[in-house]
Amino acid sequence: MKFERYGIGIAKGMVVTMRNLLRRRITTQYPEKRLIVSRRTRGNELVWSKEKCTGCATCARTCPQGVIHIETSPGEENRYNVEVFEVDTGYCISCGLCVESCPYNALFMGYAFELAKYRRGELILSRDDMLIENKQASAFFHPEIDDTLPEQELLIDRKE
Amino acid sequence: MIDPNIAVNALCRFAPVASDWPGNEWWHWLVFTLIIIVFILVMVIIFIYLERRIIAWFAARIGPNRTGPFGVFQNIAAALKLLLKEGINPTNADILIFWLAPIVNFAPVIAVFAVVPFQNGALLADLNVGILFVLAISSISTIGVFMAGWSSGNKYSMLGAMRMIAAVVSYEIPVVLALAGVAMLAGSLSLNDIVIEQGRIPFIILQPLGFLLLFVGGCAEINRSPFDLMEADSEIVAGFHTEYSGIKWAMFFLGEFGEMVVMSTLIATLFLGGWQGPGLPPWLWLLIKIFIVDFVMIWTRATLPRVRIDQLMALAWKFMFPLALVNLIITAIQVLAWPDALPLYVIPINWAITVILVLLGSKLFKLGWGRVEV
Repeated sequence: MKFERYGIGIAKGMVVTMRNLLRRRITTQYPEKRLIVSRRTRGNELVWSKEKCTGCATCARTCPQGVIHIETSPGEENRYNVEVFEVDTGYCISCGLCVESCPYNALFMGYAFELAKYRRGELILSRDDMLIENKQASAFFHPEIDDTLPEQELLIDRKE
Repeated sequence: MIDPNIAVNALCRFAPVASDWPGNEWWHWLVFTLIIIVFILVMVIIFIYLERRIIAWFAARIGPNRTGPFGVFQNIAAALKLLLKEGINPTNADILIFWLAPIVNFAPVIAVFAVVPFQNGALLADLNVGILFVLAISSISTIGVFMAGWSSGNKYSMLGAMRMIAAVVSYEIPVVLALAGVAMLAGSLSLNDIVIEQGRIPFIILQPLGFLLLFVGGCAEINRSPFDLMEADSEIVAGFHTEYSGIKWAMFFLGEFGEMVVMSTLIATLFLGGWQGPGLPPWLWLLIKIFIVDFVMIWTRATLPRVRIDQLMALAWKFMFPLALVNLIITAIQVLAWPDALPLYVIPINWAITVILVLLGSKLFKLGWGRVEV
């Protein structure tokens, strides 16, 4: 005698939900608890190395949105002095093409994802906002710095 | 200083004090009406909070926890938001009925509690037709729903209301028959007497089938999941209250959860022994039992998927109705055989009958005259 149609399925389902009730919560409360995102994340900002950049403006030419604004003046040793370097992150689609195209590995994606602002003008990142000394660069397109970054925290294998 | 007796005598000339008011005190109705209204509103707030929180736990989420400690003020914030929202009247609406419907839907929920005892004799009116009163009054809510569906001037609201009427009218029958078994066992229709009768054994042990029928039928009558297809968001845009907004919508929400409180209280009173219990004060026992029933309702909601309309009707008419009839007959025979008090060996017999009947009912249960195999 099979008991498939005699309410056994309901009982089984009730057991499943009860098990869910008793187990650890799978979600975390966001502003208090932040999980570490992927090491190769493409955040909502760029990280820029002033030393490596030669001011060639390849990034500005590659950008499909045309949001990178760069002004340079002639400098010494085959370089330009970068006078103005601005990224309007309001239009940025985080495609990462600027990072991939940089011939001198001077550009990285950042980790930030909480850059909401009240005014559009505040979304424009200036040269000093993007300095690599102050920001954490992600390993997107730069797997060589993978090891220096903290490992991603997944909800599925969270221990506590 | 007015002598209260004189005032009462003056009042009694127009409305004589009913002799079944416990204590025959003139302030009795005032105190208990206040208690009941406050009780209902507080319980509704607690129930909505529990619903959100526990359903989140069942889904391994955290649930509302922003507003106040553990998110307990979430519903108060939601109520404030609803109060401040614009109340929109559709062009095609029948305005008077459109405004009356939420009140007609919610008012009976409060009225039902007039006969629910919180303690021996602690109730607004110890009616000797208590169960009948509960069934009659709680059915009025349905009229509010139909008024809402009709007056919205919207075919989808109408469809939702029609589905709801169909469900409620169908499930009324097994519920009434299940309650009739309880009334026969207790030998009284008064809820207070029924609770007193359960001092020895709660009726859930004597009448497992009746409890099952009342629980399922009750869930269907108050549109709890899995029978919430009349408010199915994904199908008929929230059913009868599609056109409602602001405070009128909040009244429907209040009514919905108020009905849930009523159903939990009824089940706790009729089957779990109401205020009976050792140690703790009686009203606390009643509250604990109400919350236990509420938890099981949330549990089933978290588990079961929504049924189809034909499955809903088939379950009522082809499964629950015959079972309720058989249950009624068996209870009647038992009460006739042992008129004074049921012996304890009735309990295993009743449980065996329940299992056999449920298995047999499931075996014979078919949708659509057996043509559709589901």
